[in-house]
Amino acid sequence: MTASAAATRRYSNATYRTLRRLKTAGLYAGVAAVLLYMLFPYYWAIVSSTKTGQALYQFTLMPALDFSNYRQLFNNPVFMGALVNSGVVALVSTAISLVIGILAAYALGRLHFPPGRIVLIAVLMISVFPQVVVLSGMFEVIGWLGLYNRPSALIVSYLILTLPFTTWILTSFIRDLPRELEEAALVDGCSRLRILTHVLLPLMGPAIASTGLLSFILAWNEFLFALTFILTDENRTVPVAIGLLTGSSRYEYPFGQIMAASVTVTLPLLVLVLIFQRRIVAGLTSGAVKG
Amino acid sequence: MNAQRRMERQQRRTAWIFLFPLLLTLVAVAIWPLARSVFFSFTDAYLDAPSDYGFVGFENFVTVAEDPVFWGAVRNTLVFTLVSVALETFLGLAIALLLHRAFLGRGIVRAAILIPWAMPMVVSARIWEWMLNDQFGLINKLLVTLGVVEKGIAWTADPSLILGTVIFIDVWVTTPFMVLLILAGLQLIPEEIYEAADVSGVPHWKRFWSITLPLATPAIGVAILFRTLDALRMFDLSYVLAANNENTMTMSIYARDQLISFQDLGLGAAASTWVFMIIGLIAIVIVGLLRLDRATD
Repeated sequence: MTASAAATRRYSNATYRTLRRLKTAGLYAGVAAVLLYMLFPYYWAIVSSTKTGQALYQFTLMPALDFSNYRQLFNNPVFMGALVNSGVVALVSTAISLVIGILAAYALGRLHFPPGRIVLIAVLMISVFPQVVVLSGMFEVIGWLGLYNRPSALIVSYLILTLPFTTWILTSFIRDLPRELEEAALVDGCSRLRILTHVLLPLMGPAIASTGLLSFILAWNEFLFALTFILTDENRTVPVAIGLLTGSSRYEYPFGQIMAASVTVTLPLLVLVLIFQRRIVAGLTSGAVKG
Repeated sequence: MNAQRRMERQQRRTAWIFLFPLLLTLVAVAIWPLARSVFFSFTDAYLDAPSDYGFVGFENFVTVAEDPVFWGAVRNTLVFTLVSVALETFLGLAIALLLHRAFLGRGIVRAAILIPWAMPMVVSARIWEWMLNDQFGLINKLLVTLGVVEKGIAWTADPSLILGTVIFIDVWVTTPFMVLLILAGLQLIPEEIYEAADVSGVPHWKRFWSITLPLATPAIGVAILFRTLDALRMFDLSYVLAANNENTMTMSIYARDQLISFQDLGLGAAASTWVFMIIGLIAIVIVGLLRLDRATD
């Protein structure tokens, strides 16, 4: 009999059962605490967004189901405009990044191309640039393109965030696909572009979905460029609209409205995140842990 | 042989074509703007007339380096980064270890904890600002009811508390990211190692120190690197909570202020070049440490 077997016999079976139950209870208590910590603030935002007047300052945990904050918000053309701007800007910059990123990922992940390593390192370095470093130069590029104070200025500037990211993740994904798939097509004399669009692309659906979603979140949430390149309220994105929302004084802060806006901006993201959670986790970690 | 070389050459040509849109875009939105920022840092240009400039050598760099506000911003950024990344790493590791175990609804819980991370930082700032409000905030109400304090604390207004508040909110926002990366690292550890440890009766705490932690170190290291670089460029959280408050001003806020608020293109460019150099130096040190770590394994 080994020492360890002797050690495991220290307690009676009943004690073991109790210990195991305590351990399970501890585990669930821990999980509950984590969920409370992570989710309660958002829940409280939802609760507060359905309260107006004095009710807002009561500490009831149940929502009051008064939707006047939302009605006001949806009747506010500036906020609705910002919502549309955010959606368009995030969608278009994600779409452009995906197209360019897929092409580049094929070259970097599959073709014999020695300088590819340098390109990949450069792409990774650009993705950790502090944004403020390119601010003045980007200002100039935006000016040349005549896009200042237009939402399309954000589509252009967000490419610095979304493009390195999509390229990096899609490259690591393409490398994981089995090579044999394309070899037959190559022997048949298929062009590289045809192989990419007809053989690889159908297999990349999940990777494209997760990369696209993460890039969408990145663009939807961006603040610095949106604050700097847009001057007028009707061209703003929602994070900036919420960031600049203030009451007429510090004590007249329209918290109910702000919470309604916060819930509205976050809701589409949360729905997407919960639907695609597996893919998101895979996308987030594939680049990081392997690379 | 010849055929193979021809094919390689052909592949290289195709690769250039496929890479062309990427390279063109990156030059336009990253490399050119970066080069221009560095260029402007040697000039006395103003934002309203950027083409009207003269060269001033290193004058802007010196002006920034002599500005105590800049060094205050550097200090804030470093304190913020160090404390929040450290807290996130510990909390992230603890939560990852918890969620790594088998329990009912694990998938849903893992998805749910992503919520703080997926929100815009501005929204998180606003929600916490509301919860931490000195008069009507839930947190103060709770503290007063429990008798911890007599009167609500002005978390986002008190100069001695505000940096701590910023760190607290950032930890809430970014811990999910840490948890995910560390969880991914934990999942790469083969089960057999633990089984072997069980058979030889290795106690739990020792299992953690001599198996889990060393094997998860690469994942934790990468997560720390990402988070550190991200924290060093932080802009939105401080800006929304306190705008130009010198107690929370980060390097990015300082640089943008020079550039946009004061319209001083040359000075702003010099400040952002300083930021770039500081962050670059820290990145090199961290990557070096990670390599060193891997080399000694």
